[in-house]
Amino acid sequence: MNSLIQTAIEQGLIFGVLAMGVTITFKILDFADMSAEGTFPMGAFIFAKFILAGMPPLISTLLAFFFGAFAGIITYILHVKMKISALLSGILTMTLLYSVNLRINNKSNVGLFNYDSIFDNMEVIIVLIIIVAIIKILMDLFLKTEIGYLLIATGDNETLVKSLGEDSNKYKLIGLMLSNGLVALSGAMMAQYQGFADSNMATGIVVIALASVIIGETIFKNSKKLKRTTRAIIGAIIYKVIGAIAIDLGLSPQDLKAISAIIVIAFLGYNNLSLNFIQFKSKKVKVKGV
Amino acid sequence: MLEIKNLSKKFNIGTENELTVFDGFNLTINKGECTGILGANGCGKSTLFNIISGVLTQDGGEILLNDENINNLKESERSKFIGRVHQNPSMGVSPSLTILENISLSDKKCQKFGLKKLINRNKIDEFKEILKTLDLGLENMLNTEVKFLSGGQRQSLSLLMATIKKPELLLLDEHTAALDPKTSRLIMDKTRELIKSHSLTTMMISHNVRDALNYSDRIIMLDKGHVALDVRSKDINEKELMKIYNSRNYESSLAEAV
Repeated sequence: MNSLIQTAIEQGLIFGVLAMGVTITFKILDFADMSAEGTFPMGAFIFAKFILAGMPPLISTLLAFFFGAFAGIITYILHVKMKISALLSGILTMTLLYSVNLRINNKSNVGLFNYDSIFDNMEVIIVLIIIVAIIKILMDLFLKTEIGYLLIATGDNETLVKSLGEDSNKYKLIGLMLSNGLVALSGAMMAQYQGFADSNMATGIVVIALASVIIGETIFKNSKKLKRTTRAIIGAIIYKVIGAIAIDLGLSPQDLKAISAIIVIAFLGYNNLSLNFIQFKSKKVKVKGV
Repeated sequence: MLEIKNLSKKFNIGTENELTVFDGFNLTINKGECTGILGANGCGKSTLFNIISGVLTQDGGEILLNDENINNLKESERSKFIGRVHQNPSMGVSPSLTILENISLSDKKCQKFGLKKLINRNKIDEFKEILKTLDLGLENMLNTEVKFLSGGQRQSLSLLMATIKKPELLLLDEHTAALDPKTSRLIMDKTRELIKSHSLTTMMISHNVRDALNYSDRIIMLDKGHVALDVRSKDINEKELMKIYNSRNYESSLAEAV
């Protein structure tokens, strides 16, 4: 049981990076970006490509981030320049990347057991905590900058961003690149963790990421101190622990996808219903002014 | 000064729904004046604002702001000179950000946005002073997210944010239409104060004849893309203006019905 929980926490940390990426598109930009289904395995395959070519693991992992960010540009061009809807743009990028991913190493499964990884010199969980902490701190700092706030404002109200003299599309591009970069980085970490890159490793990954984000938002809902990034990480860990407990209780791994969907439905339903309740309550609060 | 020369704009060109809104339209708005724009729905008021602010491109004609041609500037580039307050109070603010964050963003309007921290603690007192002028207690709610404010509070904040960097032209697009009469009066008074103290060149669309008369120096009435009436506010009384407004509205709606 203990090792099951530890594995769940380790995977939760990896998915925490994924969830932070998806937070940028789904929550901050209000952009339902499905490209993550393509960029997650892309990160894994890019890592495999470079590690097989003899590059050090850390550099190969960082390269996965940059290639993922590049994939974000594709979704941006489809959506902003070619005026295709957000959802379809993401699905098209994802479909495109499915073939690209198979081409990167010319096979659908690459074993990485015999190669170096970022986990070689330290306890896996320590490495993961360090990486996740660095990404979280950087993202928190970024969201406090002028550009960070404009990214949030773009998701909120593009008219305002334009009225500030800024091109809101620029911030969509930044958001999509950053998001897909983080998703690919998470994919590269997962490939090293499980010891292989596989073209099917991302099926349903957007739902998992969303589940994490939504769980994170629901837990400690009224705590204002908890940042979006912290919530995404906690959400991903809780999601993985719930999955581990479900398997421990005797559910088969093939039921996990259904469990993901049910978790999303349950938390969303809970959120929406209790939101109505809060709005009802807040009407009674007196606010000074007009 | 804003000059609109020979403006033309059609919608749905080449289809059976083709609609000519402007054809050879001319208008000059004087510097430092508030010009009220009246007219029935569909007379081109909003199209005019959208063309001036760059949301729509005209088919022909020129727009000059203080003798500078702004035809080729994008919407975001025109924001350097133009401030706009919309009918919907949420259009001028970012609801998920706090009052402080919103006002800090507008304070940086048209400067370079970079990787510096947005919130400057040294500016907080200055912002509090500005918010105090609204007299809504917003200065004590700096860390409240704007989505929790009432429509009137939100619209006051939008007005403040649109004028915090003095614009060369202020466009008010029925900015009190969504508010109750008392709040609407408050915002109109605040608007007048801002316009007078900064001598802002202002265009104000309104469906309220009395407001237009009371708060503007000049009244323009549009009808089917033409200036049907152009008069100084002091030269006309409410009754006369109402009469003309109603007759024009009547004609337009009759024409639509036919």
